[in-house]
Amino acid sequence: MKVRFWGTRGSIPVSITAKDVRAKIGAALRVARDRAATGEFPGNDVEIERFIDDLGFSVSGTYGGHSSCVEIETGNEDAANEHLLCDMGSGVRAYGQRMMERYGPTRPQTYHVFMSHVHWDHIMGFPFFTPVYIPGNRIVIHGCHAELEFAFKRQQAAPSFPVDFSLLASNIEFDVIAPGETRSVAGITVRNLKQHHSGDSYGWRFERAGKSVVYSTDSEHRLENAEETQLFVDFFHNADLVIFDAMYSLADAVSVKADWGHSSNIFGVELCQMAGARRLCMFHHEPAYDDSRIDSVLAETRRFEEITREASALEVLSAWDGLEIVL
Amino acid sequence: MELGSRQVNAITVVAPKGRIDHAQAPLFQEAMKPHVAACTINGGPLLIDFSGVDYISSMGLRALMLIARSVTAQKGTVAIAALKPTVREVLEISRFHLVFKVYDTVDDGLIALGA
Repeated sequence: MKVRFWGTRGSIPVSITAKDVRAKIGAALRVARDRAATGEFPGNDVEIERFIDDLGFSVSGTYGGHSSCVEIETGNEDAANEHLLCDMGSGVRAYGQRMMERYGPTRPQTYHVFMSHVHWDHIMGFPFFTPVYIPGNRIVIHGCHAELEFAFKRQQAAPSFPVDFSLLASNIEFDVIAPGETRSVAGITVRNLKQHHSGDSYGWRFERAGKSVVYSTDSEHRLENAEETQLFVDFFHNADLVIFDAMYSLADAVSVKADWGHSSNIFGVELCQMAGARRLCMFHHEPAYDDSRIDSVLAETRRFEEITREASALEVLSAWDGLEIVL
Repeated sequence: MELGSRQVNAITVVAPKGRIDHAQAPLFQEAMKPHVAACTINGGPLLIDFSGVDYISSMGLRALMLIARSVTAQKGTVAIAALKPTVREVLEISRFHLVFKVYDTVDDGLIALGA
């Protein structure tokens, strides 16, 4: 299995600004200047690439700003024309472009989309997902919310969007799954778990050939409720990867932003440790955070994992638009 | 959980011991109740001596948040002192050092609180 992130930002898409780019260039040039003083200035292209790698991700790259969209490449060759996605935030536009480049308009594909919930930041990419306009494509939108179809159609209706849902040329199906029901889709076993969020959200667990991925975003945790905590520990049990809403600091999550429906890096580490998960990937980044702040949260979270480790190490990552994780 | 407590002039110093983890956090919260109730605008400040605390989990931090909220609502004053290095790190990573006034030592806390 391979997991590819197309949108990792919480609540609303953001973009780095001219000021941010200038700060990155300035930081890189200052490092280059210091290296030049010691005769280590990069000369050839290989050295330049290495120099860029050494700058650190918040200088050489960016976490990106698209809202939630995660692709799960199943590796199931018997279902090579069936694709799995979690949520249709703004990141799904670029994913759709990639699929169009790969398959063009004449090779119909099936896209299975598993929705955490239907808040705007998780559906806003749908009208810009080119495959929905191509006859022959099949889009199956799976979710546990009864209003799944209504939410997508309302977003597409006038005066919010110029192309009504009824004009979309692909075959679009809505599959409302009962909470707690297990499904087999494109050769993958899929389970769900109800989460705390305004209007409810659902986490999804995907398993195939001994590998497992959990997608758990827009989920507030109340660890004082032991029974509820155990449900999540079971859901995350031995997962190879847990994609986890780590939008707030713990202090914010249990005080001024309590009941806002999101979680923190601390809860993520603790739940994954209790569950024996192998990797935690922090997701749904706070839109107010810049690259350097997300880098700091990642470093701190890795340190917290180290301080609190009692069994095997938990690998801690921070999602960025374009990140690929091979399981 | 047993809390050692002592009075230094108007200041109540309480000293939890061991790990404030998921199992111990509710007991810590319960044991703190009378001290929190007394920490009002008219009562003396409350100083939590963390020198005996080896570990605090998110549940323990949540208990601290509830203490801070109650004391703030009562217009009282609460602070923390003498954190072990890793416990201090946990407070900083979770941003709880922005919720509480944290002093390096109990003596520093007592002086700052007016003992």
